[in-house]
Amino acid sequence: MAIWNIVSPVDEKIRKKLCAGDSISLSGVIYTARDAAHKLLVEALAAGTPLPFELRGQTIYYMGPTPARPGQVIGSCGPTTSSRMDAFTPALLAAGLGAMIGKGERSAEVREALKKHHASYFVTYGGAGALLATTVRKAETIAFPELGAEAIMRLEIEDFPVIVANDTRGGDLFEEQIAKYRRR
Amino acid sequence: MREIDVKDITQAVARLAQKTNTALGDDVLEALKKARENEASPIGREALDRLIDNVRVAKTQNLPLCQDCGAPIVFLDIGQELHFTGGDLNASIAQGIRQGYTEGYLRKSIVAQPFTKRLNTGDNTPPIIHFEIVPGDKIKIGFMPKGGGAENMSRLVMLKPGAGEQGIIDAVESTVKTAGGNACPPLVIGLGIGATAEKAMIMAKKALLRPLGWPSSDPENALLEKKVLERINKLGIGPLGMGGTVTALAVHAESRPCHFASLPLSINLQCHSARHAEVVL
Repeated sequence: MAIWNIVSPVDEKIRKKLCAGDSISLSGVIYTARDAAHKLLVEALAAGTPLPFELRGQTIYYMGPTPARPGQVIGSCGPTTSSRMDAFTPALLAAGLGAMIGKGERSAEVREALKKHHASYFVTYGGAGALLATTVRKAETIAFPELGAEAIMRLEIEDFPVIVANDTRGGDLFEEQIAKYRRR
Repeated sequence: MREIDVKDITQAVARLAQKTNTALGDDVLEALKKARENEASPIGREALDRLIDNVRVAKTQNLPLCQDCGAPIVFLDIGQELHFTGGDLNASIAQGIRQGYTEGYLRKSIVAQPFTKRLNTGDNTPPIIHFEIVPGDKIKIGFMPKGGGAENMSRLVMLKPGAGEQGIIDAVESTVKTAGGNACPPLVIGLGIGATAEKAMIMAKKALLRPLGWPSSDPENALLEKKVLERINKLGIGPLGMGGTVTALAVHAESRPCHFASLPLSINLQCHSARHAEVVL
């Protein structure tokens, strides 16, 4: 299980080298989107209207933060449950999405689509929103401000900790690690 | 008859909302540290280290522990000798939530109309309020901000009476397994056993208010808690579902008499950020 320092958007060549269980210190740019924003993104794709950001190769983080206090870059900002986005994810991957960050397992359809499109699914630490906030250098709402905490934000991060959950070859952190410690 | 101004209730609720969302109880922090000592998986230990560090950062940086500041659940034990003055009690609690979530820079996660427009109410109201009338002239206000990830994985099972203890253990195991990493383990598992469907759900939620790891005062419940915990920690799900030997920190079970045709079992999962606090006025 390797340890990486990687910049987002994560190049396809690098994505192909990552293995489930690898730790990554991620820096660069990521975009937030949760349930409501996913619905709007997929509707825009279906209608052929432009997306609020160029999706190709980018990283989406399933997160809706607490409001920043004056002087803070962002509030608490940990991951939400990824499986709620499963229904929308294959369409986004087909449109070029490179990586996602969330918490918990993905559906079989998403895992297949990850292999097909050489994309990665990362997990970060659920319930560690305060700690993760210390890695965000800049945060800016770029679309759907009417959604409040569910708006799409562009984040600049530095050494944001993630673990590769699903790699481009079908490796699965959850399956592999849980099997190791299961005793019944 | 003692009188209390509902403005005091508003202030207490606002303070509880802010306190619970930024400071984890010592009992929960201790349980996380103990889990860190016992966890066999290196990835699991790393996760627990981050969660423990998160508690420190939340405190020093004045940030909520989790971005999900929860659905606001208020538990009131009202002494029957107490009289409320100065306004509407329900409105005063909602005002406390509004004030606490706004002034505390907490996330507002409540949407109006659950199955159509889902527009955010903007102030995290309305709260869920559970009332109990008790002897005395005091009021105990408990507050739990309940995260969506864990609440979504909760379950009501109407078991056949013959299912007994084994049926309960199997149903809890299946629920926790399905939840995987989604409910943010290591979990606190609240069980409401018996009564009726709706009462069992409330019992399971209230069981989560017990100081973490205190066994039930009922020896049969306490034994069941031990058996369920042992079984759950064999699942291998581990901290945040990343694999490991600590999937649950504790099981809290409450039971009540029920109809002879029924064995209601309510399972309420609580994430590792098991936030709640209470105050007596």
